[in-house]
Amino acid sequence: MRLNMGPSHPAMHGTIRMVIDLDGETLVNLDVQPGYLHRGFEKSCERGTWAQVFPYADRLNYVSPMLNNVGWALAVEKLLEIEVPERCQYYRVILGELARISDHFTCNGASAMELGAFTPFLWLLKVRDWVWDILERETGARMTHSFGRIGGMAAPPTATFKDDVLRVIPEVHKVVKETEIMLLRNRIFLDRMQGVGVLTKEQALSYGVTGPMARSTGIPYDVRKDHPYLVYDRFDFDVPVGEDGDNWDRFMVRLEEIRQSVRIIEQAIEQMPDDGPINVDDPRIVFPEKSDVYTTIEATIAHFKLVMEGLRTPKGEVYSFTEGGNGELGFHIVSDGSGTPYRVRVRPPCWYNLAAAREMLLGGMIADIIPTFGSVNMIGGECDR
Amino acid sequence: MSQAVVDRLQTQFGERVLETSDAFGDHEVVIAVKDWVEVAQFIKDDGDLQMDHFIDLTAIDYPERESARFDLVLMTRSSVTGARIRLRTHAKDGEEPGTLSGIWSGANWAEREVWDMFGIKFNGHPDMRRILLYEEFVGHPLRKDYPIDKAQPLVPYREVGDIDKLPPFGIEEGQPFARIDWESRLAGGDSQVSPAIGVQQGQRRTLSDSEVAQQIQARIDAQMAREAEAAQASEETAEEGSGE
Repeated sequence: MRLNMGPSHPAMHGTIRMVIDLDGETLVNLDVQPGYLHRGFEKSCERGTWAQVFPYADRLNYVSPMLNNVGWALAVEKLLEIEVPERCQYYRVILGELARISDHFTCNGASAMELGAFTPFLWLLKVRDWVWDILERETGARMTHSFGRIGGMAAPPTATFKDDVLRVIPEVHKVVKETEIMLLRNRIFLDRMQGVGVLTKEQALSYGVTGPMARSTGIPYDVRKDHPYLVYDRFDFDVPVGEDGDNWDRFMVRLEEIRQSVRIIEQAIEQMPDDGPINVDDPRIVFPEKSDVYTTIEATIAHFKLVMEGLRTPKGEVYSFTEGGNGELGFHIVSDGSGTPYRVRVRPPCWYNLAAAREMLLGGMIADIIPTFGSVNMIGGECDR
Repeated sequence: MSQAVVDRLQTQFGERVLETSDAFGDHEVVIAVKDWVEVAQFIKDDGDLQMDHFIDLTAIDYPERESARFDLVLMTRSSVTGARIRLRTHAKDGEEPGTLSGIWSGANWAEREVWDMFGIKFNGHPDMRRILLYEEFVGHPLRKDYPIDKAQPLVPYREVGDIDKLPPFGIEEGQPFARIDWESRLAGGDSQVSPAIGVQQGQRRTLSDSEVAQQIQARIDAQMAREAEAAQASEETAEEGSGE
């Protein structure tokens, strides 16, 4: 029997269509069709300035927008060959890890909910909301922050930033523990997760799978460890890996990564300087203070030039990659020396993770699609761009 | 680490390596489009390189460049050594580079996206369909000569009864309102548009009501024949079972 699943199906997260050939309840053929959320991200980037990409980047992986913001800022900074001040690097790390926690909370919570466990979902989202409260206090927005800037951040940390983070961290630990108590000995949950949706190491490499999904198969690849950016080389943290590459391993890798993110945040809070500049000291790159724009002619002109023409980048081509919520989030940018990107390619981790989903689903049962697709953590904004 | 990959490729392929670069710390090797598949296979299989982790494949459009319009860029990583390399080739418009989907499975979707966005076809690709956009989309949007505000024709609701979508499943996908002229395509045609649009643009004549009715009847007949066959087969197995 042939069945169309999605794109308007609650388990397809709204944007994927699967055409399934069934023999009884077994999947014998499968075609995954993305593209329902395609908005032309890459084309849109080619007509604004470099700084105008930030709002678009927010809307790639909208569960962890801060990671995309920082990823884009780092890509342009690599092209400009500048490095942001140390305080900003720590700030970016902490905000990014908070975003990663909220990303993993959402994915694991949704996975559990789709299997009927509604309580863990609500408990995880409760803490995600507290994490978002911090982000809101810092950036002004809960989800689409647009807080990154080329050469720094939009604003320095607020006075209570460190205290706010330290207050939420014990709650994160607590709710992870509670989730484990509720789910990990639940027979129904175990049966749906263990040995289901298996991806082998070789398949993962061949498909270009990265992030928690690759680590669940036993590939210890984490951009933060293998190619450290920002100040990640100063922290002591582990890269959790799975063995079987099934739904269970993906779930557990994400849970453990939440703990590792908390470890990174704790160390970063300790090491982060309390004062010092956030932005690089270069008026060609960084926007002037708003109060100066209104009172001095130099700042007015600088502001005008940056808004109207955009900052000038050297001619060239770079590929800059960071560890996003789902894996290696890469920006391949080509500059022709003007204030507008010539070409922006985002390497969305979801895209290749989703491509591998076919291998994980074939031969399984139709009911396995729901937990397996959930643990792939396909984010439509990033996958379809 | 990554420099070693460049050196290894230079010793192996000599003058066929057209250019190398390490601008901004990204190691890159430029090769000719005819060597595209061979070099890709080599970097994956070679014992020293083992570039087994597919990262990305994309294209860049330079419409003013006379020699070759497109840059194809492949990024890979070795899970063994941790080295990364970027392979680049220049392809003319209409040229069909060989597919890498046999080497890394991830290239399958990446190449479909390049076809979708740039209109570069890959020779030997098993499933060269559009992936992000729909089949009736006119043009390839990431080409520089595609205006960002271009409007696409409205795709009307399909009335024709016999057209389905995906080639992997044949024409029996079970979605009579799908919009692609698969019948014509499976017969070897290269029609990019749905029959309904084809009718609009004069590429295809309008089917009369009786023809549509005929096609629907043919489908029903085929379905009934299949069901009868299946029923007979199950009867036979039942008889065999009772015989024993």
